[in-house]
Amino acid sequence: MRERYPTYPLLSAVGWLGFAGVGVLLLLVPIANLFVPPGSALHMPDYLVPLIGKYCTYAMLALALDLIWGYAGILSLGHGAFFALGGYCMGMYLMRQIGARGVYGNAELPDFMVFLNWKELPWYWQGFDMFWFAAIMVVLVPGILAFVLGWLTFRSRVTGVYLSIITQAMTFALLLAFFRNDMGFGGNNGLTDFKEILGFNVQAPETRIGLYLASVIGLAATFLLCRWIVTSKLGRVCLAIRDAESRVRFLGYSATGAKLFVFTLSAVLAGIAGALYVPQVGIINPSEFSPANSIEVAIWVAVGGRGTLVGAVLGAFVVNWGKTWLTGAAPDAWLFVLGGLFVAVTLIFPKGIVGLAQQIRLRREAPRAVAKPAEGD
Amino acid sequence: MSCLRLAILLIVAFWSVPAAAQDVSELIRQLGESDPKPAIEALAKQDDPKAKAALEALAKGLLFRRLEDGAVVIGDPDGKMFAITNAETGDVEDMLEPDKIEVIALDAAAKGLLEQAGIGGAKAAVPLDFAGAVKGLNADSFDTKRTAIDQLTALGDGRAIPVLQALADGRLFSRKSDGLIVIGDPDGNRLRLTDASTLKVVGIGDAGDLDPVFINNNLRNVVSEAVGKLGLLSPDAGQRRRAADALIGNATPDAVGLLRKAFAEERNGDVRSAMALAIASAEVAAEDKGARLAAVDVLAGSTDLRVRSLLQARLAAETDPNVRAAVQIAFDSVQRKLQVIGWAANLFQGISLGSVLLLAAIGLAITFGVMGVINMAHGEMIMLGAYTTYVTQEVFRAFIPQAYFDLYLLCAVPAGFAVAALAGIALERGVIRFLYGRALETLLATWGISLILQQLVRTVFGAPNKEVSNPSWMTGGFDLVGGFTVTWNRLVIILFCFLVLGAIALILRRTSFGLHMRAVTQNRDMAAAMGIPTARIDAMTFGLGSGVAGMAGVALSQIGNVSPNLGQIYIVDSFLVVVFGGVGSLAGTLVGAMSLGIVNKLLEPVAGAVLGKVAILVAIILFIQRRPRGLFALKGRAADA
Repeated sequence: MRERYPTYPLLSAVGWLGFAGVGVLLLLVPIANLFVPPGSALHMPDYLVPLIGKYCTYAMLALALDLIWGYAGILSLGHGAFFALGGYCMGMYLMRQIGARGVYGNAELPDFMVFLNWKELPWYWQGFDMFWFAAIMVVLVPGILAFVLGWLTFRSRVTGVYLSIITQAMTFALLLAFFRNDMGFGGNNGLTDFKEILGFNVQAPETRIGLYLASVIGLAATFLLCRWIVTSKLGRVCLAIRDAESRVRFLGYSATGAKLFVFTLSAVLAGIAGALYVPQVGIINPSEFSPANSIEVAIWVAVGGRGTLVGAVLGAFVVNWGKTWLTGAAPDAWLFVLGGLFVAVTLIFPKGIVGLAQQIRLRREAPRAVAKPAEGD
Repeated sequence: MSCLRLAILLIVAFWSVPAAAQDVSELIRQLGESDPKPAIEALAKQDDPKAKAALEALAKGLLFRRLEDGAVVIGDPDGKMFAITNAETGDVEDMLEPDKIEVIALDAAAKGLLEQAGIGGAKAAVPLDFAGAVKGLNADSFDTKRTAIDQLTALGDGRAIPVLQALADGRLFSRKSDGLIVIGDPDGNRLRLTDASTLKVVGIGDAGDLDPVFINNNLRNVVSEAVGKLGLLSPDAGQRRRAADALIGNATPDAVGLLRKAFAEERNGDVRSAMALAIASAEVAAEDKGARLAAVDVLAGSTDLRVRSLLQARLAAETDPNVRAAVQIAFDSVQRKLQVIGWAANLFQGISLGSVLLLAAIGLAITFGVMGVINMAHGEMIMLGAYTTYVTQEVFRAFIPQAYFDLYLLCAVPAGFAVAALAGIALERGVIRFLYGRALETLLATWGISLILQQLVRTVFGAPNKEVSNPSWMTGGFDLVGGFTVTWNRLVIILFCFLVLGAIALILRRTSFGLHMRAVTQNRDMAAAMGIPTARIDAMTFGLGSGVAGMAGVALSQIGNVSPNLGQIYIVDSFLVVVFGGVGSLAGTLVGAMSLGIVNKLLEPVAGAVLGKVAILVAIILFIQRRPRGLFALKGRAADA
């Protein structure tokens, strides 16, 4: 039976070469920061390390979305919610690490709870003083939410725009909930003023390098995992679901099961990305749940090239780099560019940067192909 | 289809979410905390319009904490309600009763900080004489004007009454030749001029020689209050009545003396009862038991909120059992009457909100309902209409004589329609026509367009809100019963929205364009085969829908400030209206808008604004499960289109 399906290598030789190349490049960043003296042209300024680390976590989020949108046709407009939930789990751990060093000096309660006159830690904050518990929650909370949501919607065959909206409704509801002070997640301000992670000072350059490396490794692992899934039989089924869901059902495959699996996995990946993001930026607040954030993730993927994993990573880096640069250089221009990107990727280059590269390559080969019939005339 | 519509309904609901919290917003929020001083200091250093606006409001005592969610808001007094602007976002949000907000109080140290920052400390500088105060009325800023009005009131000079009256009526001018402040009374085609500081006639002039002294709605309220207090002994009955009304519940002993004197001489029944009420409100705390009882008797007939709180306070303080019982009966009766009035007022508010929703939704009923296009930039069409109104107003101020200023709104309606319609046609031709049948792409692209339009307007006009003034025939209102004021601008908008609805119905039913439009909606291929230019009809239909949104913007500019994210406030509700009423049905849009408006306003006092909205959203989602095509579903073949 097995031979009936073509098997795909995880990455081609060129692919592995590129993967290693990018990996080395990203690993050079901390070296250029720590070991090259500040005066040198090759020196990487301190602020760039967490910035690139942040982009890596965004790229993980983009990969997670591309896995379900590009390969299974599920456009989630609420992936920012899973990202933020992972971030909140990590944030809760970091909050508990502050201990008695907060403004109010309460060893048990975070500052905002003291401020709100809370007497004891709510039950859902229990256990977050242990890293392993928080790490498990980073995976479980987004995973369970995605599983329940997916189970309810995929089972009743909710697809397309409708599903996009339900996911968006979810992130919107969470946004409203997390804004409330009595939810116990710091309300509007969110969680911040972190001191230590696993005993290391979060502000120290060495810790920042460590977090950065964790993000790079996370991104590489996510990429390989996604690549492994899309080259597997499951990946083929997902592609088939994307293109003709009913036909897949009639052929006897469980479309619901496949979708549920990739959706849940994608949410877990987004949660891990969020957990890596929070210690690097030093804050998590409810605005991460904002639906506009989630829809921006779709633009990263679309700009890079939906349905290609390289495209998702590329898009996340390019768009976010552009955002960082533009919001500094010309703050007013950013919304024009973002708006323009939305129009451009729907109208002009629906396949993104990767697609554009392919188009150019095809066009370069085209004259040769066209030349022959022209001779015949 | 129902899934799709539900989806759209939800997606739209989420655009109004604020973007990431910013430093300034965060600081403004901290103004609402127990100690605002650090935030004041930090904000004073910020060069940010929101920070300035918040601090200025704080200095004036107009910065509030909204009880429902703790948000820090700026409240502009508008009649008995407050127009609420969210200080953190700068968005105009709502109208609220005074008991839904609490003012952010300042201690002496905080006041000192504000004065250090140069905010709210300018008042003492202006000279305190009548002529000087009159001159101050023509100052550049509304704040200085307000100070001048306060001074005129404080001076207690009877000469101020005609001056302030003229100011309120738009009859106060500054003469171009010498800057003299004059009152202009129509005399044939020209104006008879009276020197405002001496009240002596100084000659005849033309409107062209004079610059009008502008005021805004807030100032109009301040002026009328000032006129009231000055006017207890005025020869005009209306003025005396207003003056007495202003004194209910807060008459000082010497004011009571004045009231008694005026009451004894008063012949007009209305004025007498207002005065009696004002006297009784002071008498109710008198030493003498008989006087208290008599006062309670008078108060029982009132429908004034101030009287109710007065009676409530009395109920707690009264020791005599007889008087206590009388107070209780009086309180119950006032309470009952107030409740009925409250319901009526809510109903009017609901109809008013409904008409605004209807205006915003008619355009959507055309683009979304008839064409099936999910246009996330519809709200921006409304915003464009509102900004067109602002521009028209500025053009009138600059080039057209003051006498015709009130006509600017009549020009703004077609202008708003044209601007939004052209924008809509450009949008359809440039983007949407390539995306027919691809809902998700349309949604993403039009969302991008809406970002661009918002930023464009922000770049051209600046981020702060623009104020559009009501023409004089739309300002003020009339008291229907005590405590229930019908404002002219709301009334005009209700009428305007029905006019627009009627016009659209006529276009759809009675013109060949309408016929073509319906044909293309029902069966595009067949219509094309009959020779109807479907592409042109698409563009024109979209233009019509967008143009109507533009007119909605003109109307909205009359009841709130104009800001780049004006459209986002109404887009959610208008999608709700269209989905609830039934896609493609004007009657459905009407019923949908009115019922949403009324239910919203009736729920608000019970459940609070946010919870009320959530309840409505859930109710509509459930309703759509039962009736997927809305209240007024199309029947027969048309339904399959």
